[in-house]
Amino acid sequence: MNEEIIIAGFGGQGVLSMGKILAYSGVMQDMEVSWMPSYGPEMRGGTANVTVILSDSRISSPILKKYDTAIILNQQSMDKFEKSIKPGGLLLYDGNGITRHPERTDINICRVDAAEEASKMNSSKTFNMIVLGAYLKLRPIVTMDNVMEGLKKSLPERHHHLLPLNRDAIVRGTEIVKSVHEVSAS
Amino acid sequence: MSIEIKDIIKPENLVYQKSSLLTDRVMHYCPGCSHGVVNRLIAEVIEELGIQNETIGVTPVGCSVLLYNYIDVDWHEAAHGRAPAVGTGIKRLRPDRYVFTYQGDGDLAAIGTAETIHACNRGENIVMIFINNGIYGMTGGQMAPTTLQGMNTSTSPFGRDLARDGNPLKMTEIVAQLPGTCYVTRQAVHTAAAVRKTKKALFKAFENQKLNKGTSFVEVVSTCSSGWKLTPVQSNKWMEENMFPYYPLGDLKDK
Amino acid sequence: MKGNEAIAEAAIRCGVDGYFGYPITPQSEIMETLMLLRPWETTGMVVLQAESEIASINMVYGGAGCGKKVMTTSSSPGVSLMQEGLTYLAGAELPCVVVNVVRGGPGLGTIQPAQSDYFQSTKGGGHGDYNLIVLAPSSVQEMADFVELAFDLAFKYRNPAMILTDGMIGQMMEKVEMKPFKPRWTNEEIEQLSPWSTTGKSAARERNIITSVELDPLAFETFNKKLQAKYRKMEQEEVRFETFECDDAEYLLVAYGSSARICQKSVQLLRAKGIKAGLLRPITLFPFPTKQIAELAGQVKGILSVELSAGQMVEDVRLAVNGKVKVEHYGRMGGMVHSPEEVVEALEKKIIGG
Repeated sequence: MNEEIIIAGFGGQGVLSMGKILAYSGVMQDMEVSWMPSYGPEMRGGTANVTVILSDSRISSPILKKYDTAIILNQQSMDKFEKSIKPGGLLLYDGNGITRHPERTDINICRVDAAEEASKMNSSKTFNMIVLGAYLKLRPIVTMDNVMEGLKKSLPERHHHLLPLNRDAIVRGTEIVKSVHEVSAS
Repeated sequence: MSIEIKDIIKPENLVYQKSSLLTDRVMHYCPGCSHGVVNRLIAEVIEELGIQNETIGVTPVGCSVLLYNYIDVDWHEAAHGRAPAVGTGIKRLRPDRYVFTYQGDGDLAAIGTAETIHACNRGENIVMIFINNGIYGMTGGQMAPTTLQGMNTSTSPFGRDLARDGNPLKMTEIVAQLPGTCYVTRQAVHTAAAVRKTKKALFKAFENQKLNKGTSFVEVVSTCSSGWKLTPVQSNKWMEENMFPYYPLGDLKDK
Repeated sequence: MKGNEAIAEAAIRCGVDGYFGYPITPQSEIMETLMLLRPWETTGMVVLQAESEIASINMVYGGAGCGKKVMTTSSSPGVSLMQEGLTYLAGAELPCVVVNVVRGGPGLGTIQPAQSDYFQSTKGGGHGDYNLIVLAPSSVQEMADFVELAFDLAFKYRNPAMILTDGMIGQMMEKVEMKPFKPRWTNEEIEQLSPWSTTGKSAARERNIITSVELDPLAFETFNKKLQAKYRKMEQEEVRFETFECDDAEYLLVAYGSSARICQKSVQLLRAKGIKAGLLRPITLFPFPTKQIAELAGQVKGILSVELSAGQMVEDVRLAVNGKVKVEHYGRMGGMVHSPEEVVEALEKKIIGG
């Protein structure tokens, strides 16, 4: 198993922390992980992204050009990363604020309206956990138990009372994600 | 019966003895230079306090670069201007040791201004000794930050021009403003009385360190006969007439 | 754990006595982490923010002269300011560790990763004939492990050691296994281990003088010869490197640190295309794995040195290869990072097709 993921959106959407929770979950599941935040000129303009790699074997480059999965949370990131997904890979996006929807036909495309759902849940902070839930539904590479362990590890102790809310958000994400386009497995 | 020399050199006739901390190395200082006297006073103070085994000194770049040849304690030779930072590193890691720096005016008040001010501002528990003779002696008599207005040096051959070169810097007054300093004084060694006063000041500075009071800063207004192109006697006179009015002697701070 | 945080944690654990630093991106997390962890309450380690990098490195000089384990960290512009201190440390034969989390230059440059300080790090950097021991970690685990290794080598040779890394490894998070805590040396142990250090002159010994000044040129030439002998010994005994897929390689990539991580992926991509590529990763940049590269030069058809610079390490690769096969450089600059695919393309264009 080797999953190469880019998570991209606006700063403040919880892009980096979502990546961190995913990476910690991988550690809990005894995987090799790397978490590499956008550390280049692309940071300008308020966008943030992070490359997360989970693997059964030693990870080579933490910086990539092609990804198995792109989790895209704003239009700029859609423009930038839609083309970077490997054929047969996965694009998961939130439709909120997206003016040009994905156009590729050689990848799997799924949509999760997490922003909308978060406001329904009355907690905008759960946005990134809804997205994470949707991702895990599509790519169940780490178990829910390990995700909760990872979450515990990356949240400071004073925020541990928020764990149940985050769990609900992850579950909600698994429920509301929908497929937009599917390619047959190659 | 005539008196022979062996009749005079007897313990009961002893009125002065070289500090046991002063090595037998011949000092390289020029005749009439204040450095040698201050070096000797430091050796005496360390000896009399009984702290030879607990003292680490820091020498600068300048005429006193080879000071470590003359006083028998452990030494660091610092880069130009950096002695207060080196002293900070030593003292922070060996708070059980007495640490002192010894710097000239170029070292302390020009290239090392930042290190001087920040060590004093942190109140590093060290002794800083500042030899101010208003000239760069070692490199051959160039203008120093403390060179007086109109004073001739090899890089101000027609005198220090305030419009061009700025004003002579009173570093001692500056560090006296800083809460980190506990004792700031300006002394000289041109007369026997002045030498005794300077020795007292050095004593106090080292004792402050024992009491963990902060930075003790002792300026010694000094002569540079070679750089000033005056005889030793003329130098002392010139210093009294010209240096002292601008750099008045006495304690600036004692808390 | 982030690479920068790993350095801080490892420093505390391996018994470092003092850290002196000045904030600069992308490595401020190191001092921030130390300040949060408050090691002065546990191990007794001193952590101090200095007024400049010049002051930091001179505080290191003071602490190192006392025989203590002291370190500083900075990034390129700050490390330039430290060069004066480093040549004094090398000249006074003092052990210490300096971490350079390199950013793109010249000048103020960018805060993004680069490897353009290779010359400065491996060829001395300040004035005079001297070398630093230079270690180049390529993972967060190595960021942690190399702190102790750097101190071991620094004390073994009484020479400053540098960990040369960049923002990519510094900002990246990976799994790290931390070593157990080691106690700091006591003052008595230091007197035994480092009899040259300024611990306060006891009656039992001559005074110790930490200095790099010598007015007699003949004596100073003798001293320089001694330094050079030390560097030759390092070249004999301390070369460290790692190879990937080199056994049957027909083409060789040479890369260190973050670039080596990228090149590992490039080797996989090349092998998938049927091109037998391998990678040699120097772990010590000084001493450089000259002999190992020379040996591989007899086996491969061409070598590509891949660095985040205009081509600095490539000069050492060429010296090692000594004309046996073609050696070219590839790399992005100024904070841009090449992708594994770009490296593949460069090898195909510059070496295989060129």
